[in-house]
Amino acid sequence: MLSIEHYLVLSLALFAIGVGGVLLRRNVIVMLMSIELMLNAVTINLVAFSRLHGSVDGQAFAVFIIVAAAAEAVVGLGIILVVGRGRETLNSEDMDLLKW
Amino acid sequence: MSALNTILFYFFSALAVASALAMITRRNVAHAAIFLVTTLLATGGIFLLLRAEFIFALQALLNAGGAVILFVFVIALAGPQATARLAPPSGRAQFVGAALALVVAGQILFAIVVGRGSLRLPAMATEIAPQNTEAIATALLHQFIVPFEIASLLLLVSMIGAVVLARRRV
Repeated sequence: MLSIEHYLVLSLALFAIGVGGVLLRRNVIVMLMSIELMLNAVTINLVAFSRLHGSVDGQAFAVFIIVAAAAEAVVGLGIILVVGRGRETLNSEDMDLLKW
Repeated sequence: MSALNTILFYFFSALAVASALAMITRRNVAHAAIFLVTTLLATGGIFLLLRAEFIFALQALLNAGGAVILFVFVIALAGPQATARLAPPSGRAQFVGAALALVVAGQILFAIVVGRGSLRLPAMATEIAPQNTEAIATALLHQFIVPFEIASLLLLVSMIGAVVLARRRV
């Protein structure tokens, strides 16, 4: 029988992989994909708890997360396009204008 | 039924985790986008197992469909910069990044292990709303009507923002 911990651990694994992707990769597009992955992991948690309590509130919240993820991807990719056009690179190491 | 659910759960979980790992390790950005689709669809399978049909449909249409198409378009638009083979980060940066990710994972795992003893969560509910989409629509349009309107405003703002950002200066 599947318990809530199964879903929590799956979500944990996906979230940790997303954190690793943001920290280890240098391509900003892959970093944005990893953020998408982390939001996805959080959605699993919400849906699993919604199933646990037998109510749809968690799923309604998951809808908002998906909307926020879509908005984030759209604006993030727009910024990536502008930066790539101006600086001719998508390497996060080269985007160091604010670095001390 | 329960055994089938368990098998399907492990199948989808293994698929999701394996393609997520492949996504962050592939050098080719387009391949990473393909593996992102597999991860998102496998997660959609998990949503189906949890009887959240509406969230599954949203996941397949919006995330696996819309968002990844957007990523592929940007990869195509950015051209050689997107697919350029970047030098991998230094060994120290790699070590610190991996260590931080593991620390985050360890903290959450600790919270799960501790919480399972102290929180006393109920067992999985056996009764679920038969009309999933209808139930979500009712919740969204009654209980969560203000967040719903704010979300639509957020979508409008991000749409205008994306158009303004990506417009070529004339």
